[in-house]
Amino acid sequence: MPQVRMRVNGREVSGEVEPRTLLVEFLREHLGLTGTHVGCDTSQCGCCVVHVDGRSVKSCTLLAVQCDGAEVLTIEGLARNGELHPLQRAFHECHGLQCGFCTPGMIMSALELLQRNPSPSEGEVRAWLEGNLCRCTGYHNIVRAILRAAEEMREAPQPAA
Amino acid sequence: MYAFDYHRPQSLDEAARLLRERPEAKLLAGGHTLLPTLKQRLAQPSDLVDLGAIAELRGIREEGNGLTIGAATPHGEVETSELVRRLIPALAELAGEIGDPQVRNRGTLGGSIANNDPAADWPAGVVGCGAVVRTTRREIAADDFFTGMCETALEPDEIITAVHFPRPKRAGYAKFPNPASRYAVVGVFVAETDDGVRVAVTGAGPCVFRLTALEQALTADFTPNAVDGIEVDAAELNADIHASADYRAHLVKVMAKRAIQKALG
Repeated sequence: MPQVRMRVNGREVSGEVEPRTLLVEFLREHLGLTGTHVGCDTSQCGCCVVHVDGRSVKSCTLLAVQCDGAEVLTIEGLARNGELHPLQRAFHECHGLQCGFCTPGMIMSALELLQRNPSPSEGEVRAWLEGNLCRCTGYHNIVRAILRAAEEMREAPQPAA
Repeated sequence: MYAFDYHRPQSLDEAARLLRERPEAKLLAGGHTLLPTLKQRLAQPSDLVDLGAIAELRGIREEGNGLTIGAATPHGEVETSELVRRLIPALAELAGEIGDPQVRNRGTLGGSIANNDPAADWPAGVVGCGAVVRTTRREIAADDFFTGMCETALEPDEIITAVHFPRPKRAGYAKFPNPASRYAVVGVFVAETDDGVRVAVTGAGPCVFRLTALEQALTADFTPNAVDGIEVDAAELNADIHASADYRAHLVKVMAKRAIQKALG
């Protein structure tokens, strides 16, 4: 079986995988990083969004072998020294989740938006979330949370996650 | 997914050799159609040949009077490219309406046109601009490239390397997206080029096609009013749970008007 090596949340990891192993399966089942969820498994719901080489992707639609040598960031890599990332804190404070299943994907997706555009309008946030489905909240508080995090991150820029 | 062997060639020669040696192999670009297809076990390739490590397939550059976009360039790079926005903004807009941001971060121009999904956006932009598809063997005019539903002029071991888009004088793209998938129920790309007006329609039929009646009408009068004088025959159009053929015929005219309006700025 092929050997894959990648940096996940700043840590060098490697493992033997079948070529058909999805990135999300490698993260969850080989590395035990179960913060990344599998929702639809058909590239639509966005529960599995992680960053690969700085871009948000649906990890259910990538093979682990395609990410050999890549830099991967998951929800587990956001908090620093026990302190939540501003996006995580804002989702908490704005009640941006109910069941929480979509939340890791929402946050990882929003993170790329804020890296590209530190001051998005509400419309830009809603348009960006096209690929993330939430069955509980009606999105309103998710959008509020992202706008609040944007404000906080503008005032106190974060070290690159 | 059925099991397969995986290859990550470093050059186009190596990729083409793998395709010749393994007739049941498939190329993997962004994988955003292929991997979902494999998950559903609708295909069983013996091997996947990943184009992700071949740097020459990626990038956007100005060439002659137009743009050349590498086959493995993701839609999101086209969407956000200053060069594309300056030279052919309608292509940036088209790319930005594909799927969602995560799909656009992975899905590629070459993958889209090689797959030639009847509802994909890129075929409309490629035919609408009168682009040229460059491969490891030859150059293929857009009008000759798309040959039928999910069919192209590509040979089994031929690999798309880039697409060259001549810069139109003006162009616009409008689509009615499926609200779930964002594929085009109908998409219309209108361009006034050095060789005349071109109108390409995707989503409506089994394969992208040119609407010659509207091309002629726009040659005389490049305004949305030109659409009123033409008929769109529903007989050849798709009908499915999303839209009847008659509704698609109607949408072709509505999207054409919007595309012309966008081209006029």
